[in-house]
Amino acid sequence: MTSTVIRGARLLGAEPTDIAFEDGVITAVGDGATGHDAIDGTGLVALPGLVDLHTHVREPGREDAETVLTGSMAAARGGFTCVHAMANTEPVADTAGVVEQVWRLGREGGYCDVQPVGAVTVGLQGAQLAELGAMADSAAGVRVFSDDGKCVSDAVLMRRALEYVKAFDGVIAQHAQEPRLTEGAQMNEGPLSGELGLVGWPAVAEEAIIARDVLLAEHVGSRLHVCHLSTRGSVEIIRWAKSRGIDVTAEVTPHHLLLSDDLVRSYDPIYKVNPPLRSNDDVEAVREGLADGTIDIVATDHAPHPMEDKECEWSAAAFGMLGLETALSVVQQTMVDTGRLTWAQVADKMSTKPASIGRVENQGRPLAVGEPANIVLVDPSAKRTIDPRDTASLSRNNPYSGLTLPGEVVATFLRGRPTVRDRALVEGSNA
Amino acid sequence: MVASDDAARADAAHTPLDQTARTVLDEQDISRALTRITHEILERNRDSSGLVLLGIPTRGVHLARRIAERMSEVEDRTITAGALDITMYRDDLRLKPARALEHTEIPDDIDGKVVVLIDDVLFSGRTIRAALDALNELGRPKAVQLAVLIDRGHRELPIRADFVGKNLPTSLVERVKVSLVETDDLDAVAIRGESA
Amino acid sequence: MIKNLLSAGDLDRADAIRILDTAEELLGVASRPIKKLPTLRGRTVVNLFFEDSTRTRISFEAAAKRLSADVINFSAKGSSVSKGESLKDTALTLQAMGADAVIIRHHSSGAPHRLAQAKWTKGAVINAGDGTHEHPTQALLDAFTMRRHLTGSVGGDLQGKNVTIVGDVLHSRVARSNALLLDTLGANVTLVAPPTLLPVGVDHWPVKTSYDLDSSLEKADAVMMLRVQAERMNASYFPSAREYSRRYGLDTTRLNRLPDHAIVMHPGPMNRGMEITADVADHVRSVIVEQVTNGVAVRMAVLYLLLGGAADESTTEDSSTKDRE
Repeated sequence: MTSTVIRGARLLGAEPTDIAFEDGVITAVGDGATGHDAIDGTGLVALPGLVDLHTHVREPGREDAETVLTGSMAAARGGFTCVHAMANTEPVADTAGVVEQVWRLGREGGYCDVQPVGAVTVGLQGAQLAELGAMADSAAGVRVFSDDGKCVSDAVLMRRALEYVKAFDGVIAQHAQEPRLTEGAQMNEGPLSGELGLVGWPAVAEEAIIARDVLLAEHVGSRLHVCHLSTRGSVEIIRWAKSRGIDVTAEVTPHHLLLSDDLVRSYDPIYKVNPPLRSNDDVEAVREGLADGTIDIVATDHAPHPMEDKECEWSAAAFGMLGLETALSVVQQTMVDTGRLTWAQVADKMSTKPASIGRVENQGRPLAVGEPANIVLVDPSAKRTIDPRDTASLSRNNPYSGLTLPGEVVATFLRGRPTVRDRALVEGSNA
Repeated sequence: MVASDDAARADAAHTPLDQTARTVLDEQDISRALTRITHEILERNRDSSGLVLLGIPTRGVHLARRIAERMSEVEDRTITAGALDITMYRDDLRLKPARALEHTEIPDDIDGKVVVLIDDVLFSGRTIRAALDALNELGRPKAVQLAVLIDRGHRELPIRADFVGKNLPTSLVERVKVSLVETDDLDAVAIRGESA
Repeated sequence: MIKNLLSAGDLDRADAIRILDTAEELLGVASRPIKKLPTLRGRTVVNLFFEDSTRTRISFEAAAKRLSADVINFSAKGSSVSKGESLKDTALTLQAMGADAVIIRHHSSGAPHRLAQAKWTKGAVINAGDGTHEHPTQALLDAFTMRRHLTGSVGGDLQGKNVTIVGDVLHSRVARSNALLLDTLGANVTLVAPPTLLPVGVDHWPVKTSYDLDSSLEKADAVMMLRVQAERMNASYFPSAREYSRRYGLDTTRLNRLPDHAIVMHPGPMNRGMEITADVADHVRSVIVEQVTNGVAVRMAVLYLLLGGAADESTTEDSSTKDRE
């Protein structure tokens, strides 16, 4: 492999410098960086390759919505070098066989590392623990377990899962949703749900589970990860839990950082997501939480759905939004351009920390000599008007359609190999 | 001239008076015309008890009431006039946004009666065509007659008035404005040419 | 005038009064020998019902037929259409068939909005009840009935009238539409229900609320009882049908506490013995049957005002100009 040098990029948003890498490893930063292939990094910000802890790739089972390959391509376009593939596929990723298949498909695609998430319970049924150890010991080396899409609502089962994964340093990523309080739920419960006649998804259904789970995690001395936290109350509970020293981490999605429930007024299911878009006050609360470190990471909850599952009446539509290709832009708009986060902090919340929670070695590493050359170059001055058709995903359920967002990924390098170059996907990356 | 111009022509007929307007009938002229029409109706029909007077909203209703008052004096009994809204029977409904309906009030059963339709201006004849359709669904009068204050010509249908206050030859670019105190400030009929 | 009727909130005071006044004129058509007007001749109106509601469907059907429209009844209930894809495909089919108006009843809140906003049909969309959201023509016929009894004035609103709406507000599209329309018309609305059957955020509605029916009767000009499904008690909204009717049912004792002029309303179908006793339902002050009659006139008015004129909104009408000869 030839050596490459990026000239004049702002490392983590600091002063411009040069970064050279060869054979997938960073060889020099700053003075003395040289390479055969020179990339002009003027005006660009260099970040470590982004790591997503929460992606739905739909394969196996719903390859009409997304495959491991197309999901990986979308990830690369969004600046990601690693994604965690959620377990709610068909069949469910609850055995070593399924997680190894997903992991291998990611390897073969070559656009990013696909790290499977294992189901906590068999078939996501919430009744019996899946073979967590077998998945951990498999080639995929699963460390994150989640029934995402469903909540592990049984308190005993949750306790056992939290305890059991300690044996291999795993973590339970909880989709916090009290099922009885959210039967038939369609949108955030508040004045608007009453007005629109849609069944409400109350904040307390999320907060009650988070409160229970942090106490369980404290009791059994396990680590807990909370998926897509969306309410002010949830932020406060996590803040409290961290102040008590409970080993809990939390994520927020880009859409909960930007969008609020008044969009539901259109009854356009493009805005239907779980947990639902919340109030403007909740949006402010999750921004505060992300800024002050209460919320550890941004994770996309990229959830592709075919057109027919969104082009219908609200209650018949599927929950979920695309997110991989827009995540960094949304974070720039809501957190960086508002002065609430520096680029270095973005690197922490979208690369370093998610890799650490997922126990992924060789991802989320610093941009330093000897480290893997997983690098994303971002043009923060670019403006993009979002067109749902401009995507590598097989799906089009993009809630930002028509919005103008800042920032664009110019290049993504996975172990030194470009998956995105000159703002476009590099075809046949693995070739 | 195509049918669809009727509405446009008529709209123009009620633009406010301006300097170019020329009054052709004043309060006294209108009063005399109505009195004459009243007598003509009575002469022609002999028996006022077999008459039903129906004004076409809005100004036709006011004229019908005035004629009914005069008729009541002559006949020495109370004769009331009704109103017949023709909006739902118009042939140009789809040319404009839906119009508000006017009040329809039929004072008496019209079967076997002589119905006198009363309107302010007879122009294309389309309003009267619509009124005949509307009447058709209310019953079967013995005869239908038409009284108008002004006949300005330019018929588009084979319709004529039985009683006319004044024949007013006009060109198509001219506009006829009937004002009645019930809805306007004064009694007058004015005509004006195309605005400069 | 608006192009679609999706929500009672879409109507401003002038629009609402215009519909009521038009209905007032059209009410007379029912008593004529020929109960038909030629106004919508050649226009196609589709009744698209994804949910059983014979009374609403026949009311719209009678209204459309009295205006000489061609009526196509499309009942999607019972067939396998449950996925939304079918709503789109059905709408495209109706569009291809040249529907000038689609009257839609759907179990999913917002389905009429989808139909109108996704532009799957070019015709006017009239909401005939969507999920637990709205039922605007019901609110219009209720307001029409109230105006006839309480003010009798054509051209007027319901300024200062006190309307008490009682029952399952949470699941009631009738209550939502009435709250919006009655507020627009100047009435004072009080919603009375057990706390479990009032939606979260009802304090943002333009209404007063109460948990106590007895304290909400003395000043009421109209009392509207909402249908309460007995199965709600299985979801713990209230303990039993008996307790519900004791606390929130309208019986003769409560009827006698109303002012003498007050009327009793119900959108139907009634659960006699649950929210209303048989005595009250059949009482001389009950206008429940009249509501049905008025429903046809109000729906004729809506169809006429949405379909009777030009589709193009750009020509604004000067109400003082009556074209004439």
